[in-house]
Amino acid sequence: MACKFCGPKLSLVGVVLSVWGIIQLTLMGVFYAIKAVALLEDLPLGGEHETLSDFISEVETGYTQNSHNCWIAALLYVITLVISAHQFWLNNRSSVSM
Amino acid sequence: MKAPSDHHQNMVVKPKIYVRGIESIFKVFVLDPGPVGTMFRSEEMVLCQLFVQPEAAYVSMYELGEAGIAQFRDLNPHVNDFQRRYVTEVRRCSEMERKLRWVSGELPEPPPPPKLSPRVLTPREINILEERIDYIESEIQEITKNAQNLKTDYLALIELKILIEKTQTFFQDHSAHRKISASVQIYNNEGAIGHLGFIAGVVATPRVPSFERMLWRISHGNIFFKQAQIDEPLKDPVTGHELQKTVFVVFFHGEQIKLRVKKVCHGFQATPYPCPATYKEQQEMMAGIETRIKDLEMVLEQTENHRRLVLTNIARDISTWMVAVRKEKAIYHTLNMFSMDIVKKCLIAECWVPRQDLHILQRALDNGVKASGSPIPSFLHHVPTRETPPTFNRTNKFTRGFQTLIDSYGIASYREVNPALYTIITFPFLFAVMFGDMGHGIIMTAFAAILVIFEKKFAKNKTDNEIWNIFFGGRYIILLMGIFSIYTGFIYNDMFSKSLNIFGSSWKNVYDEHTLNSSSSFDLDPKDAYTGTPYPAGLDPAWQFAGNNIIFLNSFKMKLSIIFGVLHMAFGVTMSVVNFNFFKKPEMILLQYIPQIVFLLLLFWYLCILMFMKWFIYSADAIDPALGTSCAPSVLIIFINMMLLKESNIKEPCKPFMFDGQDTIQKVFLAVAFLCIPVMLFGKPVYEIMVVRKNKRYQQGVESGEVVEEGHGDGFGELMIVQGIHTIEYVLGCVSHTASYLRLWALSLAHAQLSAVLWQRLLKMGLGAGSPVNAIVLYVIFAAWAFFTLAILVLMEGLSAFLHTLRLHWVEFMSKFYEGHGYAFFPFSFSAILENDEEDVKDKPNPNGGPPE
Repeated sequence: MACKFCGPKLSLVGVVLSVWGIIQLTLMGVFYAIKAVALLEDLPLGGEHETLSDFISEVETGYTQNSHNCWIAALLYVITLVISAHQFWLNNRSSVSM
Repeated sequence: MKAPSDHHQNMVVKPKIYVRGIESIFKVFVLDPGPVGTMFRSEEMVLCQLFVQPEAAYVSMYELGEAGIAQFRDLNPHVNDFQRRYVTEVRRCSEMERKLRWVSGELPEPPPPPKLSPRVLTPREINILEERIDYIESEIQEITKNAQNLKTDYLALIELKILIEKTQTFFQDHSAHRKISASVQIYNNEGAIGHLGFIAGVVATPRVPSFERMLWRISHGNIFFKQAQIDEPLKDPVTGHELQKTVFVVFFHGEQIKLRVKKVCHGFQATPYPCPATYKEQQEMMAGIETRIKDLEMVLEQTENHRRLVLTNIARDISTWMVAVRKEKAIYHTLNMFSMDIVKKCLIAECWVPRQDLHILQRALDNGVKASGSPIPSFLHHVPTRETPPTFNRTNKFTRGFQTLIDSYGIASYREVNPALYTIITFPFLFAVMFGDMGHGIIMTAFAAILVIFEKKFAKNKTDNEIWNIFFGGRYIILLMGIFSIYTGFIYNDMFSKSLNIFGSSWKNVYDEHTLNSSSSFDLDPKDAYTGTPYPAGLDPAWQFAGNNIIFLNSFKMKLSIIFGVLHMAFGVTMSVVNFNFFKKPEMILLQYIPQIVFLLLLFWYLCILMFMKWFIYSADAIDPALGTSCAPSVLIIFINMMLLKESNIKEPCKPFMFDGQDTIQKVFLAVAFLCIPVMLFGKPVYEIMVVRKNKRYQQGVESGEVVEEGHGDGFGELMIVQGIHTIEYVLGCVSHTASYLRLWALSLAHAQLSAVLWQRLLKMGLGAGSPVNAIVLYVIFAAWAFFTLAILVLMEGLSAFLHTLRLHWVEFMSKFYEGHGYAFFPFSFSAILENDEEDVKDKPNPNGGPPE
């Protein structure tokens, strides 16, 4: 198949990081989607707000944006997992056949 | 004849069923505990003397080596290694081992692992094996030598071929001699062109300049030297190194110079070759050389194939043979430690065996007798002795890690209480108090779980990577540490520095919108803002937004650390009661334990009680202002005032004390605690003196005249000094060790802050605004955050917390009761010997099996 560009250690690191990234970013996306208060300080909010409803709507858009970002990043990690797992499998296979 | 064993079995079937039932329950739910032994204290050891017939000894020792239950003592310590009884057998085994090692060095790749063969090899089989190893070694040596000879010939032919190719140009260059080339060999039979003779050959390139200079000198400049370097390097047949060689031709005139040139060639290890001068002869020679080269290449290939085939056949069995040879060598080493009784014609051995394994020892001896067919049985008998036996704790793969942690500090004295049993729980717990983060705990648990689930696969790759071996050996410790960290992370409500709101916060907002808009920070008074029902489990998530979060947590964690510390230390002191009870020293309970525990509890457990009272008595919604939050006293100040007998200056409406009569109680506690100190100091020495005096009086009454003079004057002084040191150590240690437990607070604070910094400074950067681009930024930043979390928070903080927990156990806990003067039990075991591949069998700390000198 395709050539391998990672050694066995780098592909293993990639697999572990991708699994962790998928799990954590998906969960963080879920927590942002249910508007968990703990993540309030991480939202990109402006300075002053005119009314309370302005503030609330900005908070809500911030939450949904961040949850979408987290899910997109999780998707990127799925791609990374596929590539890393493939490299890992290639590395394992070539060392066994030798 | 009916076998007596059947009858025997019928008679004892009932009690055995109960034991079997309990054992099977254990096997189902817990790891197999093996023979009944406890980790509570080390096992009872028995010194046995064995009388074995020499024929039966080998099989018995083989079984004992497999079982690994007996530590043999060297009964011939003054005998030279070369004068021992079985020295020839040991030498033979060493020879075989050397040959096998050489053969495995010749193998192209590592051999497959050895097959398990529980069968012991008879002497005849060993002889056959020895012959076979001899034959294989000589065969491989012969093949290798043949290959080398062939390669030397091959090299010579190649050099000759290149030589002829290159010299063709030399001879053709000389236009003057072309006319004469047709009339070659006019003057003599040897190679000559015209009046000139020549010698052609090959020399190593680095030597060419000095070679040429030497020739120039010895011939007074009357030679003509031509050289051409061979481009591709040639392989040396013996060493396999690559050599750069140069072809040369030396033209000279006369016999004298020829002899000198030959000598110089010989000196510089330049190989001369017979090179024909005419073109026609050169071509004929070339053709001949080509065919010879082709033949030689074929022969070389076949030799190589044959060698590879032989080696492949050997590779299958070589590990098994190696194991068998090593076991045999180990057996003969141990047999060398036995002493020979000339009169009874049997071998005598002394060994330490755990009492529970005596039946295995007896069975091994019986099997040896049966296998050798000797009519004389071997027998063992116990030797009652006053020597200190070795300390043996039977461990399985789970408990071995914890036992190693304790043994690293010092091997327990014989049959003293074993702290490793409690370490299984206290160590991960104290670690978790310092590490307390759910996210990091999950990472640790996942890592350890992978190690544990695939432990059989990992155990097979024997690697020299020491860090991996440490982590793999401690996998159960790491697993427990991770699980406990998840629990404490849940209690601290900390997951990667964020708190989880599972049950709904118990704090509510009491400000209206207008007030909230006017300023940016607010106080939530628990009188108004606290709903009254506490958060069910763990820290309320509202605290993560509080500006005084750290101040609150500091107070809480410090108190927690002191409480855990006093509990741990009190447990440690109480362990000494178990020892006093077992070693039949009940008076020490009264003279040492009681004053020690009273001192500890009256001062430091009273401090903990004050903490509990402060938590209960003072409240935000108290009606009496003296019990309100502003009047809650500092427990530490109260304690210091108690110790220094100072008055406290408290203004109204707050009261100086927490409860009525506190002043009197404190003074009483202080007095009693200080009265304990002289009891600790003088109790044991005075008791020892009284015991000596009573014995003397008794002896004087019984035997008239014989008085055992103890020299008790010196004894008393020494006793007092030792007891004084112990008392000072304990009293000062109480104070300093209690404060030392505050590291539980310090490390958990550092961990929480590092975690928060990492999130706020790193991961937060990826949680900005703007959809698509920011997702990629988040993707990259998450990788960086994950790396730092692993490197700093899990690895560095984990190692740090591990180290501090270990120190707390070794110093603060074990100094209260642990003696640790024992020596370890190193049984004669094949698995232990085969694991230490390169070490000699006799490399034990003390082959005599006694306490280390």
